[in-house]
Amino acid sequence: MRAEAFEAMVPHLRDEFANPSGSHAPARRARLALDEARDVIAECLGADAGEIVATSGGTESDTSALVGALSRHARTSGVPALAVCPAAEHHAVREVVEANDGIVVPVTSTGAVDLDALAEALTTHGDRVAVVSVMAVNNELGTVTELAEVAATVRRCAPGALLHTDAVQAAMWLDLRSVTAHVDLLSLSAHKFGGPKGVGVLWIRRGVAIDPLVRGGGQERDRRSGTQNVAGVVGAATALRLTDEDRPTIVASLTVLRDRLLDGLIACGAIETVPRSVRVAGNAHVCFPGLESEELLYLLDRDGVSASAASACASGAIEASHVLRAIAVSEELRRGALRLTLGHTTTAADVDHALAVVAGAVARLRDHRARQAS
Amino acid sequence: MRVLLGMSGGVDSSVAAAVLRDDGHEVVGVTMRLWGGESDSGCCSVADVDDARRAAQQLGVDHLVFNFSDEFDERVVAPYVEDHRRGRTPNPCIECNRHLKFDRLLDRATALGFDAVATGHHARIVERDGRRWVGRGADHAKDQSYVVHMLDQDALARTVFPIGHLTKDQVRAEAARLGLRTATKPDSQDVCFITSTGGRETFLGDRIPFRRAKVVDPEGVELGELPAVELVTVGQRRGLHLLDGAPRRRYVIDVDHGAAVVTVGPESELMTLEQSVTDLVWADTPVDGPVLVQCSAHGRTSLAELGDGVVRWAEPQRRVSAGQSLVFYDLADERVLGGGLAG
Repeated sequence: MRAEAFEAMVPHLRDEFANPSGSHAPARRARLALDEARDVIAECLGADAGEIVATSGGTESDTSALVGALSRHARTSGVPALAVCPAAEHHAVREVVEANDGIVVPVTSTGAVDLDALAEALTTHGDRVAVVSVMAVNNELGTVTELAEVAATVRRCAPGALLHTDAVQAAMWLDLRSVTAHVDLLSLSAHKFGGPKGVGVLWIRRGVAIDPLVRGGGQERDRRSGTQNVAGVVGAATALRLTDEDRPTIVASLTVLRDRLLDGLIACGAIETVPRSVRVAGNAHVCFPGLESEELLYLLDRDGVSASAASACASGAIEASHVLRAIAVSEELRRGALRLTLGHTTTAADVDHALAVVAGAVARLRDHRARQAS
Repeated sequence: MRVLLGMSGGVDSSVAAAVLRDDGHEVVGVTMRLWGGESDSGCCSVADVDDARRAAQQLGVDHLVFNFSDEFDERVVAPYVEDHRRGRTPNPCIECNRHLKFDRLLDRATALGFDAVATGHHARIVERDGRRWVGRGADHAKDQSYVVHMLDQDALARTVFPIGHLTKDQVRAEAARLGLRTATKPDSQDVCFITSTGGRETFLGDRIPFRRAKVVDPEGVELGELPAVELVTVGQRRGLHLLDGAPRRRYVIDVDHGAAVVTVGPESELMTLEQSVTDLVWADTPVDGPVLVQCSAHGRTSLAELGDGVVRWAEPQRRVSAGQSLVFYDLADERVLGGGLAG
């Protein structure tokens, strides 16, 4: 977490603890902090403060957007509503779409939505489509979606549908003003840009109406009830402002480091899962043919390199990646998937250390396989 | 030693972690995620992973989860279904030990630089003159040497059973003393991928077509029908629903799987002096001659002469259904010499 975000939160966790909905002086101070934070978030999104809804995280934002749009559409049109998403979406979107009998459309080999397939699905189901959800940046591969093209397809084929984007992985890398320009609904998660866990944002374009997922006291303009997490929203706003300011510098420097990391991994025998040209700067997803992710991850972790392969299930086991399956990566490559990511604190020394550890781990595992085979 | 300990989330493997740690080993605990489908018992539900992780945390031991669900499907579940389809009665826990714990996990442990794999089985490793065998656990009522009988010299050299010298009561007392939340957890009894609500019948019925079976006596007189020949096992006495209602005890003495005919008769018809064995495995060199043979996880042993893939019983024994494991012990009934599958 960004130190400034932490510092900004502390007073609201300790002394300024009032409920921002109250009318007394401490409550008004809490309200002030919340309103100021909302202004900061809105500014970073190129949006109005009234369009910002604070939530408990990216998953709640995604669910609220999809379920809220489905509910509203069904209620006002009188026909069952459909949600549509690409196959490589995060579980937070895909599970909601599938649970509501929605439509999952294929992606291309880079993980981007197949626009022809999307157009066909939207044309087929037309007015029944309440919401289309397409992530701005893929969480496993780092692939950036051309949202302008997606938006044009949605407007052309299903003009009554809302377009939502899960931008949880985008905040670090893309100017969010260029994202909100194309969509109606957008989800963020604070801990992905240096803020606290348990805080999210749902941006709802002015004039767009969805039903609330969480009902109650009517906070957040009746769009998300529950006493606001003032400290969390303040921390999120502080982190987002810093991210917005640093972004051009960080993207430039991390692109250099990421390329160095990728080149080093390729020298160890890895295959770049999708071309780096379509990915954000912080992502170095590769596959090691003939190796197993779980073994690599253990050896890396033992030597202080924290990496991942795909999402973990409730038991903590690494699940087979639905994203790699969606982009038709072979079974052998999928087994050897490794996702290394870089952030604003990553240094050249970190990259070199990671490469040395990976090289050692790969050599050890290849050696073992060779001995087993002989 | 660096030891990779399989932790199921039960009391035995929890205490095994403590024993290894206290013996000065560097221990890493791992829970294998094996079955991804519906489950209410056994070794790989999320609640069991939570228990394993919490026990490891309390003991200061690192804990990992390995996802072996593809291999489990391929090496345990699919053969289990296929065996039933062919009229055999497999033991999936033995196949899991054979293919997952003492093959896949052992291989991974070696790849990652561990010296040995440990499990919480009630069994011991017996060493004499540089050779090793699986020995019975100190708690004979809980002894699990039968289900880990397949270890060969290579595997035995890299396997540790840290609680084999303890009784179950001692294990539970130690867990309670350490404040582990697994101390009073009941033993798992069932196949981990079969739910108590649906049972074997539902699990198999979802995967293979059942064929109705005709039930006859040894003279061919029809006595009834059963809904699935795939669920009938030689030696079975319950659930036969015989029409003539005769009071004497009758057992399944033969299953003609191809014709879907089940023959029932008195226990005497079940008895045999010979039993063929296939898929033989040996702890050390192959064994001929007199051995003690055990045909179920906690069954008694019987004296037999072993040779040419045939067990020749000293006294007539009930026939063992095809697919069940026969495990050979030395005449002192202490060491596992090998084992195989009833043919």
